[in-house]
This record gives sequence, C-alpha cells and structure tokens, in this order.
Amino acid sequence: MVRWGITAVALGFVALFLVVPLVAVFAEAFAKGFGAYRAAIVEPDAVAALKLTLLAAGVAVPLNVLFGVAAGWAIGKFQFRGRHLLLTLIDLPFAVSPVISGLVFVLLFGRRGWLGPWMIDHGLQIVFAVPGIILATIFVSFPFVAREVIPIMEAIGTEEEEAARVLGAGGLQLFFRVTLPNIKWGLLYGVILANARAMGEFGAVSVVSGHIRGLTNTLPLHVEILYNEYNAQAAFAVASLLGCLAIVTLVLKAIVEARVERSARAAAHAAIEVMPWESKSAV
Amino acid sequence: MNIRAQRRVLPGFGLTMGITVLYLSLIVLIPLATLPVRTMTMSWAAFRDTITDPRVVASYRLSLGASLAAASVNAVFGALVAWVLARYSFPGRRIVDALIDLPFALPTAVAGIVLTTLYAPNGWLGAPLAKYGISVAFTPLGVTVALIFIGLPFVVRTLQPVIEDLDPEVEEAATSLGASRAGVLFRIILPNLFPAWLTGFALAFARAVGEYGSVVFISGNMPMRTEISPLLIVTKLEQYDYPGATAIAVVMLAISFVLLLAINGLQSWARRRVAP
Repeated sequence: MVRWGITAVALGFVALFLVVPLVAVFAEAFAKGFGAYRAAIVEPDAVAALKLTLLAAGVAVPLNVLFGVAAGWAIGKFQFRGRHLLLTLIDLPFAVSPVISGLVFVLLFGRRGWLGPWMIDHGLQIVFAVPGIILATIFVSFPFVAREVIPIMEAIGTEEEEAARVLGAGGLQLFFRVTLPNIKWGLLYGVILANARAMGEFGAVSVVSGHIRGLTNTLPLHVEILYNEYNAQAAFAVASLLGCLAIVTLVLKAIVEARVERSARAAAHAAIEVMPWESKSAV
Repeated sequence: MNIRAQRRVLPGFGLTMGITVLYLSLIVLIPLATLPVRTMTMSWAAFRDTITDPRVVASYRLSLGASLAAASVNAVFGALVAWVLARYSFPGRRIVDALIDLPFALPTAVAGIVLTTLYAPNGWLGAPLAKYGISVAFTPLGVTVALIFIGLPFVVRTLQPVIEDLDPEVEEAATSLGASRAGVLFRIILPNLFPAWLTGFALAFARAVGEYGSVVFISGNMPMRTEISPLLIVTKLEQYDYPGATAIAVVMLAISFVLLLAINGLQSWARRRVAP
C-alpha cells in the first residue's frame, strides 16, 4: 500500500514538472497547424540561428574534447602536487552563473573592456559578434568531457599503457590502440552532455551576443526574440527543435550510460585478473 | 619511487599538462580573474552603494529565498523519486529514469517559455490554479516553480546510487527485531542517506542561485518584486554600467564559492560515511 502511494506521488511529481512541459512544447509548436510550424522553421533568421548554433557547438565541443583528453591523461594517469586543486578549477564553470560567464568576456573584450578598445581599433570584434558567442559556448561546456574522462582514466590505471610502452609502442600508437578503446564510451558520454549544453546555452550567450538578428542569434536567443514579440507559436516551433535535441540527448545518454557501466565492470574485472600475476612477475 | 617509475614509462605528461593548464587559464581562469581585478578599480563606497542598493538587496532576497524553497521541495520529492527509481520496478521505469535528466538536456530558454505558457493565467495549469486565486506566472512562486524544474535532477542523481547501495536486508532485520516502519525510516534509512541528501540539496540550491534562462520569462522582472540577481547584472550591462554589473557579479561569485566549498566538504563527508 505504502509502496503504491509513494510511487504514485513520485510519478505524479515527475509528470507535473517534466512530462507536461515537454509535451506542451510540441503542442504549442503545432497549435496553428503544420504549415505555420514549417514557416517558422524555414524562415531565414531561424535558419541563420540554427547555423550559428551548429557552428558554436562545432567549435566548442572538439576543443573541449582535446582539452578533456589531455586533462584526463595528465590528471588521471599521473600523481602530482596540486592535483586536487586542478580538479576543482576545472569544475569552476559549473559553479558560476551563466550570466557571469558571459559578463567576464564583455569585461575583457567589450568596447569599455580591457582588451576591447585595442582589438576593435585593429578590426577585431569579439563581443557582440560570432567569436564572443563561440568563446562563451566553450566556457559553459568546458568541464563536461574532462569530468567524464578523468575518473575513467584513473580507474583503468596505467598497467596496460605501461605494458604497451615496454613492448615498444610510440606515444600516439599507445593512445589510439590502448587508451582510446578504454575511454571511448566515457568520452562519448561527455561529448553528448557538452553538446547539449553548447547548443542550448542561453544566459552566457545572451550577454555576449548583442542580439543582432540573422548575425549573432543562436537558436535559444531566436526563441527568446520570437517569444518577446508575442509570436508564441513561432517561438515554440523553434523551441521544438531544441526539444528534439533534448530527447535525442536523453536517448543517447541512456544508451551510452549502459555501455559505460559495462566497460567499467569489464575493466575492473580485467584489473583483478591481471594484477596478481603482474605483481608476481614484477618481483 | 613508484611515481618516478611511472613517469619514466608513460610519455606525454609534460605535453598534456601544458595543454591542460594553458587552456584552463585562457578559457576559465584569466576571464574569471577580470571580475575581482575590475572590482579593485572601484572605490569602496561605490562598490558598497551598488551592492546594498534596495533593488539589488531585494534581488538577493528573491534569488536566495526562491532557491531555498525550490531546493527544499526537490529535497522531499526528489528523494521520493530517487527511492522509487532505485527500489521499485514498474512499467516504464527506464523511461522515467532517462526523463529525470530532461532539465539538463532541455535548453533553459525553452524551459522558461514553456513554464510561463503553462502557468500563465490562461495556461493549462495556470487557469485551474487561478480559480483558487493562486497566480504563479510573474510572481515569486513562478520563479520557484522554474527553479524546482532546474534543480530536480541534482537531488535524484545524488541520492539514487546511495539508495541502490543500501542493503534491504538491514531494514528487514530491523523489522524482524520489532522495529516499526517509522523506526526503520528514521533510525536506518535517513541517517544513511543524510550526507548525500544534503549534498543533493546544496547542488540544487547552488544551481538555482545562478539560474537565468528558465527564470527570466516566468518571473516578469518587476523591480523590487520579481527581479533575480543575475537579471540585474544583465540590466546593468545593457545600460553600460560595467562597474555596477561587476559588483553584483562579485557578490554572486562569492556566494558560489562558499557553496562550492560546502558541497566539496559534504561530498567528502558522504564518501567517508559510505566507505566501510
């Protein structure tokens, strides 16, 4: 009895706060029929916003992957002083309000910022232009890949790489043949999360964008403009694209999560089998 | 010695460490450092006047109050959701489990406009509530609703693995020794969950304090009543009042750091409690 009561309350809460909003996005998007929906999406400003969103995520995610893998190797495979501090610093973008993430770039590159006047004199516009949007996107999606990769690198340990090294593998060969296969699911998991944040970021991007239609508008900013112009149906039509992104993210996440768990179990299992033998032969 | 041997065998420490520190500095540390440095150039009186302006103080009160309320609601209902997902099986459990992360995956602007539409006086949920004289959209209650949406996964995802690790046999043993249901709950389950529960609460609270996108639509942004602190930063920036924006940002950054320290402390406490 109690069990069914608790389940009903919990599912009711989930339905009210998660399911109803998700359904409402699509219901509002199609409120005026498919024609209006299509019109809102193929409109040039919406297409330009989609392109800019893809560009920002397309730059931010690969850069953060490079960083995440480098950080994973340095922090996960080696012990050194200040390791804990470094881990905390990597998490900083999560602790900071998105608005502050945008603000710092305005303070640096804005017209009244530190480097802004000099850069604008030299024809480099960062803030209220595409580079600022890309920078803010990199900032907010910064920790995701590193956070996934570091603990996996650490858990797997260094035995396999050491063995490969002793057998004569070069640095790159070592990475692509030994390390990458071990971390690939965790890496993919980080990429999915980083991408969702990069494409969906609103606060930070809003502060640095300047809201120039067709030029510095990403999809979330376009949603805001349409909504504030009382064009709710078009706003929800564009929002439904982001809703699809969210659903795809959740599905991929669930699939990859199962893989990460399986490969972590396999790694733990392999470690137990290898280690006693190795410690003996090392002596 | 072990460390040295490791360094000799595995290549690339210098290179990867260099990339890590360089990229971290360029993207995160140097930009963030502009905040305190920029504040130093303000006079103390100007700084104090900005951060104690009644309109700004009202925004702290709303941001902290609504975040506290939302984190509390999530602490109760998030715990129930985590319990149900970890302990019970029912049709569609995996779908519900995946759906919990929706607030992470759905862009905040989308959450903002859909919650506003739902809770507006003529919305699906706002209309029935309006009959009872409850208005949600454009009130502090609306801000709280948006923050509940944003914070839910933090509580559920922190508690779920801990509940999965609880051994039901301990509860059964207690019951067979004559403990009541309430006794099992208060003597066994809650003490074991407490550190993780507090961590989840703190994470949800920390996220809510800085949240912007999902709140600005539903709040209505009336000065003194429904303006959150991040919105005031944006407002000051739009007026080219960089020092004003910076001053409020520094206060918020200080709050975030205190919360970050508290969360780190809580997490290591939780780990120690779990470790045998």
